[in-house]
Amino acid sequence: MDDLLKFTYAVDGDNFTSAGQASVNVKKNLRQLGFDAETIRRVSIAMYEGEINMVIHAGGGNAEVFVKDDCIEIVLTDNGPGIANVEQAMQEGFSTAPDNIRSLGFGAGMGLPNMKRYTDSMTIESEVGKGTKITMKVLL
Amino acid sequence: MKISEIKDLLGASVLCGDDHLSKDILSACGSDMMSDVLAYVKNQAVLLTGLVNPQVIRTAVMMDMICIVFVRSKQPSEEMVEFANEHGLAILTTPMRMYEACGKLYSAGLKGNGEVNG
Repeated sequence: MDDLLKFTYAVDGDNFTSAGQASVNVKKNLRQLGFDAETIRRVSIAMYEGEINMVIHAGGGNAEVFVKDDCIEIVLTDNGPGIANVEQAMQEGFSTAPDNIRSLGFGAGMGLPNMKRYTDSMTIESEVGKGTKITMKVLL
Repeated sequence: MKISEIKDLLGASVLCGDDHLSKDILSACGSDMMSDVLAYVKNQAVLLTGLVNPQVIRTAVMMDMICIVFVRSKQPSEEMVEFANEHGLAILTTPMRMYEACGKLYSAGLKGNGEVNG
């Protein structure tokens, strides 16, 4: 399937304050392209949680958004520590985030479950010590 | 419930979005955990929070919320207010604590309507 459009962002891992800027930008772009509010909300929330995760756990990474004929695909790639136990990480409430992140409003163990909740498919490829690649699709 | 009624019930000051005070609020959420806020879909919602950082505004923008109330007289930075204003959000601040502020709005008829998506 051809990509009709692609947006690419570098997510700065050192700056929690700016985390989420790429998602705000994607939201704006999708709105300009005329997608419905529900689709835009699902894509931007899933990507926002992913962006926050990359900043908290992986020292940043790359975010790519592909607009396709039948879906919007979000691919998040990082060179962080990897996820040792994906099944455990998918449980609501399980978190390895440090306390200082909780005081900022995140790290409640809801990131990955929320990403799954708002997308039609999500795959996690992760290798400890190498990094993580998450691919999410929201069908149109 | 209109944003102007929320302002009156909570004795709140308006930091931005004066021109949105006549908008209708249909649901509400009170939390300092942004991931919990993101777990629920709300339409035309207000967020009550004691957390002050730019992620609060971004979370509200992602959720298409239309109003944020900072409790316990918390003051967002100018940059945060400006960002909220750009995205059409009204920002209020009230001296009330979270429990009291939520209770006032709930008693006045604004329910949570927290529908879990999926």
